[in-house]
Amino acid sequence: MSESFRVEVEVNGTRREATVEPRLTLADFLRDELALKGTHVACEHGFCGNCNVLLDGETVRSCLMFAVQADGRSLTTVEGLAGDVGALGQLQQAFHENGGLQCGFCTPAMLLTAHEYLEAHPDGGTDEEIREAINGVLCRCTGYQHIVDSIRSAAGGRDGVTAQAPTPELVRQESQA
Amino acid sequence: MSGIAEQDPNAAKIARETAAGSTPRRWLGKSVNRVEDPRFLRGQGRYLDDLELPGMLHAAVVRSPHAHARIVSIDTSKAEALAGVVRVVTGKDVAEHAAPLPSFGAGPIVQDMIAIEKVRHYGETVAAVIADSRYVAEDACDLIEVSYEPLPVVLDPVAAREEGAPLVHEALETNTAYERTFSFGQVDKAFAEADRSVSAELYWPRSTGMPMDTNGAIGDYDPGTGVITIHANSMNFTYFLWLIAASLKVPASKLRIVPVVAGGSFGSKFFMHKVPAFAGFLSKLVGRPVKYVEDRITHITANDHCGSDRRYEASLAFDDDGTFHALRISCVDDYGAYLQFGTGTHGNALSQIVGPYRIQHVEYSLAAVLTNKNQQGAYRGFGAEVSNWVLERLVDMAARELELDRVEIRRRNLIPADSFPYRTPTGNIYDSGNYQGVLAQILEESEYEHWVAYRDEARAEGRHVGIGVVASQERSVFSSTEFWFWFDDPQFTPTSSPESATVRIDPTGEIVVTLHSQSMWGNSPETVVSQVVAEEFDVDPASIVVNYADSQNALPGTGPGGSRYTVMVSGAVAGASAELKDKIRRIASDKLEVAEADLEFRGGAVGVVGVPDRQLTLAEVALTAYMFRLDLPADMTSGLAAASVYDHPLTTLPNDDRSDLGIFYPFVGHAWHIAVVEVDVETGAVSFLRYAAVHDAGTVVNPRTLDGQVIGGTVQGLGTALFEEILYDDAGRVLNETFEHYHLPTALDAPTMTVGHHETPSPYTAYGIKGAGEGGRMLTPAIMSAAIEDALSPYGVTVTSLPIRAEQIVEWVAAAKGE
Repeated sequence: MSESFRVEVEVNGTRREATVEPRLTLADFLRDELALKGTHVACEHGFCGNCNVLLDGETVRSCLMFAVQADGRSLTTVEGLAGDVGALGQLQQAFHENGGLQCGFCTPAMLLTAHEYLEAHPDGGTDEEIREAINGVLCRCTGYQHIVDSIRSAAGGRDGVTAQAPTPELVRQESQA
Repeated sequence: MSGIAEQDPNAAKIARETAAGSTPRRWLGKSVNRVEDPRFLRGQGRYLDDLELPGMLHAAVVRSPHAHARIVSIDTSKAEALAGVVRVVTGKDVAEHAAPLPSFGAGPIVQDMIAIEKVRHYGETVAAVIADSRYVAEDACDLIEVSYEPLPVVLDPVAAREEGAPLVHEALETNTAYERTFSFGQVDKAFAEADRSVSAELYWPRSTGMPMDTNGAIGDYDPGTGVITIHANSMNFTYFLWLIAASLKVPASKLRIVPVVAGGSFGSKFFMHKVPAFAGFLSKLVGRPVKYVEDRITHITANDHCGSDRRYEASLAFDDDGTFHALRISCVDDYGAYLQFGTGTHGNALSQIVGPYRIQHVEYSLAAVLTNKNQQGAYRGFGAEVSNWVLERLVDMAARELELDRVEIRRRNLIPADSFPYRTPTGNIYDSGNYQGVLAQILEESEYEHWVAYRDEARAEGRHVGIGVVASQERSVFSSTEFWFWFDDPQFTPTSSPESATVRIDPTGEIVVTLHSQSMWGNSPETVVSQVVAEEFDVDPASIVVNYADSQNALPGTGPGGSRYTVMVSGAVAGASAELKDKIRRIASDKLEVAEADLEFRGGAVGVVGVPDRQLTLAEVALTAYMFRLDLPADMTSGLAAASVYDHPLTTLPNDDRSDLGIFYPFVGHAWHIAVVEVDVETGAVSFLRYAAVHDAGTVVNPRTLDGQVIGGTVQGLGTALFEEILYDDAGRVLNETFEHYHLPTALDAPTMTVGHHETPSPYTAYGIKGAGEGGRMLTPAIMSAAIEDALSPYGVTVTSLPIRAEQIVEWVAAAKGE
């Protein structure tokens, strides 16, 4: 086994740590080390956007980042979007009521990307702006229209989570395996 | 109508009992929120790659860099020496321990899980590594040294048919795997007698369904019992997948397929046998669970399910008044390196080859050719989307030839509403329809006249605005005859394509439905089933639990595909529900001391009509049924469950000389789309000013989910029309094997559209439902061709091939201007 590094991140408000190979992608770290299977990998080349997560509140392609690059930072995945136990967050509810998903594979990335967009456009903006915002996430099922409807409908009066700000006390810790 | 006498008796009974009648429907027809959604919205979908088994290993594959080459030697020593590698597997292992994959095609065309002596297309698997992690497996793949002797490649299907062309399969002695001409009616005579005809050479490019979730499987061999369990996101596991037991050299009884939801299929997971067989094989070799999931490059280069790749010569004969008479189609279809899935994609086309028009005479020639490309399989539309594009292109050409309005020429040829069931020349019937009604609806909803005036004004100002208007049939619910009526002497002639459902009310009164196909891939099987059960029992659809049987517990099922699932599972659920309701009525009649005929199902209870307080909840009935045997009628057994197998409601055999293919795809929806586009002739960019659709899919189960299918299919067809094509270089290497170069429609490419519904119930199906999963993609290629052609009419452009790329538009305009 090659050199390993200790990674400490805050994920959905909870501090998580692990010792990982430097080449482990952030997507695989979330899926395989932290068992957060809601982050989906569809191309592994950075084009489809299906693996988007929020890093310090901004969307990143988790297949194009290494886990070690996220050390000391704060992540939000789809698992962090739900409200109370069992309840959908408002954005998720809007997707539910507007047909915003079919197979559901791109949905976590769509939700997080929409969340980022709505933070910047609390009034929902225009359909063109919504389409521009989700243009980097490929969906093969819906033709996007019901996703646009969902995001528009979710605007205003949202009660979803606020993306986590960076946590200062998290500091990079490296160790040799 | 002879077909009516051929109706399946059980299905006919269910159709009668569920036809729209005196009681208004309570749950069918409502935009109920999908019951599948919550788990997917939380990221808890449990797709194949999300699953972990104890002690599970991971596999990666080595892909051929050559399109055609003999494998001289494979050195696996360095890979085997890498820490974490459990086993390296090559064609030698496959030759020793496995049999070839199942085939539905003609001739000795053998496909193995891993190439044994030679590779036949770029990306074909030549070796696999099983390791502790996917990372290590991929590292080890890089250490495998394969020595190839490149062979001449054949990529052009026309050249592949010539004498002396390199052979893809030597044992076949030709690259033309199958060739046949079907003739229906008197085609030569009709062409001779018609006033005019138009002819065209047309090309439809190879693209692919491209789901976000690729094909994957986990094999889990149990040495103790000898059972191979395979978790797979392949469809049709109860229908066909037992055939891979032979590939794995185990009895079918020792193969257990566990269905896993798929993140999209669009055909690419339709009876996908290679990946599950491969995972099962690897697991059997090492005696531990092995996961294999295609990466995107493997999916694009080797997924076994590219769409049609067809070169056509096509002609339409018609009179000066626009009346169509005859259609002649000749097609060379490039099937790639294998023909495992047969020529059913042309059988499919023959089910609705005349579209919604009264064309009486049809000739259809097919040459299915092998080349050094990834093999064809299924893609949404299953070949009928291609023939619809061909037909609508010919109709637009006829309109232009006659200088007749494109709506008017279609209107004059539509099959009238009083002629259903309508027998088409091939023998397939269209069950019902109101085509003039759908046309009238879309002209109104799209404000067609307004847009015609708008276009004309814009054109006068020098803008390039164009309108497309196209129609399509949407055949649904295939029968299995289309897979074999191609052959005069077929080896295997199945006539079954059933679907099953088990409806169970547990002792607490909650309803659990078991489905017997893997059917969740982006459609809404659980919502459909919940709405049907809710309709029958008047309970909240969100309260119903739906699960899926594995293959060792499953009743006959065929799975989704060919827009069949909603129709068929509704029939199965209706049948099971009826049986269960009979039992509940008997119990309630006894306990409430009232005649069964006076009972109704209402709000989760069974009660006396008109007497609100005389009722028993389903929970009360259920507890009695399970726990109080002595309270039940003496001839009744305990429990409250019913299973129902529902066969294809209406199918007949082809005749011996195949001048009549029989009824094989009879529940036929009908749709029109109207698009108004503006083309930027400087950049070739196409934008939408208006996009309207009206679909008649019979009784609508859920308007919002149906809209979702229509819109999604439309945008997928937009990709086919404007961007998508798998490109091969002269050596047969795929040039666009990632999303960087294979462009799928994004949110900015897709139009905002309206979807209207027109309901002409099928007289033969449960509740009158027709299938509707493929419709959008049946129309977009034709409508984009028509609309862009109209926008570019000042330049005299005729669209005869797809995709219509931006650079193509720029080139057309430049050529017309003499630049």
